[in-house]
Amino acid sequence: MEYQAKELFAKHEVPVLPGSVVETADAARAAAAEIGGQVVVKAQVKTGGRGKAGGVKLAENPDEAAEKAGAILGMDIKGHTVHRVLVTQASDIDQEYYVSYLLDRANRTYLAMASVEGGVEIEQLAVERPEALARIPVDAIAGVDAAKAAEIADAARFPADVRDQVVDLLQKLWTVFTSEDATLVEVNPLVKTPDGKVVALDGKVSLDDNAEFRHEEHAQFEDKAAADPLEARAKEKDLNYVKLSGEVGIIGNGAGLVMSTLDVVAYAGEEFTVDGHSVKPANFLDIGGGASAEVMANGLEIILSDAEVKSVFVNVFGGITACDAVANGIVHAFELLESRGDEVTKPLVVRLDGNNAEEGRRILSEFAAKAPEGLIEQVDTMDGAARRAAELAAAK
Amino acid sequence: MAIFLDENSRIIVQGITGAEGTKHTQRMLRAGAKIVGGVNARKAGQELDFTEFSPEAVLTVYGTVAEAMDKTGANVSVAFVPPKFTKDAVVEAVDAGIELLVVITEGIPVHDTAYFWEYAQTAAVQRGNKTRIVGPNCPGVISPGKSNAGIIPADITGPGPIGLVSKSGTLTYQMMYELRDIGFSTAVGIGGDPVIGTTHIDALEAFEADPDTRAIVMIGEIGGDAEERAAAYIKEHVTKPVVGYVAGFTAPEGKTMGHAGAIVSGSSGTAQAKKEALEAAGVAVGKTPSETARLMREIYQKL
Repeated sequence: MEYQAKELFAKHEVPVLPGSVVETADAARAAAAEIGGQVVVKAQVKTGGRGKAGGVKLAENPDEAAEKAGAILGMDIKGHTVHRVLVTQASDIDQEYYVSYLLDRANRTYLAMASVEGGVEIEQLAVERPEALARIPVDAIAGVDAAKAAEIADAARFPADVRDQVVDLLQKLWTVFTSEDATLVEVNPLVKTPDGKVVALDGKVSLDDNAEFRHEEHAQFEDKAAADPLEARAKEKDLNYVKLSGEVGIIGNGAGLVMSTLDVVAYAGEEFTVDGHSVKPANFLDIGGGASAEVMANGLEIILSDAEVKSVFVNVFGGITACDAVANGIVHAFELLESRGDEVTKPLVVRLDGNNAEEGRRILSEFAAKAPEGLIEQVDTMDGAARRAAELAAAK
Repeated sequence: MAIFLDENSRIIVQGITGAEGTKHTQRMLRAGAKIVGGVNARKAGQELDFTEFSPEAVLTVYGTVAEAMDKTGANVSVAFVPPKFTKDAVVEAVDAGIELLVVITEGIPVHDTAYFWEYAQTAAVQRGNKTRIVGPNCPGVISPGKSNAGIIPADITGPGPIGLVSKSGTLTYQMMYELRDIGFSTAVGIGGDPVIGTTHIDALEAFEADPDTRAIVMIGEIGGDAEERAAAYIKEHVTKPVVGYVAGFTAPEGKTMGHAGAIVSGSSGTAQAKKEALEAAGVAVGKTPSETARLMREIYQKL
């Protein structure tokens, strides 16, 4: 969110306007009083279009700031509830610019982008007037020094009166990018105020989850309130889970296979309808190569507690872990769930294939015979199993 | 023949003393790979007994990759090193001039990968050390019946005329299993991270040049534009038949689907765009993994 980006900017001396983040109208009043003069009250949500939604307001004095904050707090912007507002100094703007650094996947390096036409959607600018957006590759080892920063600033044709400030800011922004392990840092707009100062007015930082081990302080940026409750619970259990909107719960091993499973279920689901629409996958859940009983149980627990889910498709390819071990894992998962008081009532369709599939299927058949009729079904192929799971979801 | 890895490959394991390193060294040995040593600076000098998995395999742990290469003649390294140490491990292997480095590790910060990729390019230019990096976050490379560098199960299938390149590990296994009666020259798991060493294009180029490979399966997934680039490459340079599969049609925008690189950003990186690009290049794209395998089977029968 904006204020988090600005915190990281300020930490590395990228110039920002004074301001603070508050959660109540009273705190907004105090913040406005401290800043003095005209302030802007801005909703802090992880989505764009705040201004259009009425989430950004100008206030002449502290009382007005409190009033505006009171109106914005609790507002719903594109499905995001506003829990915090940023109260910041209002600034007259002489010029708006744009600068960013990002990971360039295709070229396996970094890219600096800069434009003297800021304040607009940069994707739009890139399409409509590509000549107005300078794109300079940055070497991952050499990084951005004064010379590189000057190259970027000049490529974007920053005017002489702000060039030195921009060159300095670009180097500091590079420090934000590298030392915070960001995959994107963007200042939009970067502004020139009437007194000629260059300031980061708004910005965005995307952090690399894989680098969490060396940035314990980044944990504070996680927006727990905004996360889906099932996703939050899955995260607590270290499960790789994404909530979708659908009726067939999905468990599989390996990210690629699970993505593929969602697709196959969606295709099969086109043949069936539930509440007037086709049957869809309810979630992404990758339980990894090992597919242990405990992980399987935790995964099943999350999926079964999703009220939308009507059937579950367990799709495992036995590679490193053979299918007999996976089948035992599923049996143990049922036992674990039972011991926790979570009875499994939604039908499960299981596809086991690969290493030792026959033994795995035998173990599961034996278990299914003892379970309530129709609770566990096995289908040998992925496509067939997906179809059956969709059918069960529609029948329920 | 095969690509990247064959019966003459002499393999060392970086991180051989860790749980994953040990387990997969056993599996690779059992698959017939020539593992000739390991590396761990803190455990240098230890002798590890793997004779249960391969009769001759008493492996020495060396302090550095350079020393291991010097003493054993190794030309391939497989790294099972924790994420925070991977950058240094790769730099060390590149400095030592290893020919092929397979990085299995998942969870490496992308700044570290971008650094070691750039480092490997610089080393190649400055010192002539050309290291092929496969991965990170990948299952490795297998040339069935010849050698195995990584974690791909060796018992799924044997040697044959199909070459396979994939971002996904389990989809690699699934495809090898579906086509197990035909067999594979080499399967390369290139990994699901945003920045990787060997790309689809690198593998396609090698398969095109490999006389043992007669048809190619290419598996992609959402995120980035590697598949679109591969499609353009196929159109220009690949004469062998290629079938493709892309995972992630139902993935929502802005959500990471398991692999760090598997994310649709705005309108870019979608499965639909990748499928269309591949089809425009003359690649038959399957709707499901099984249908993809069927398409390959049809092509194989006409070869």
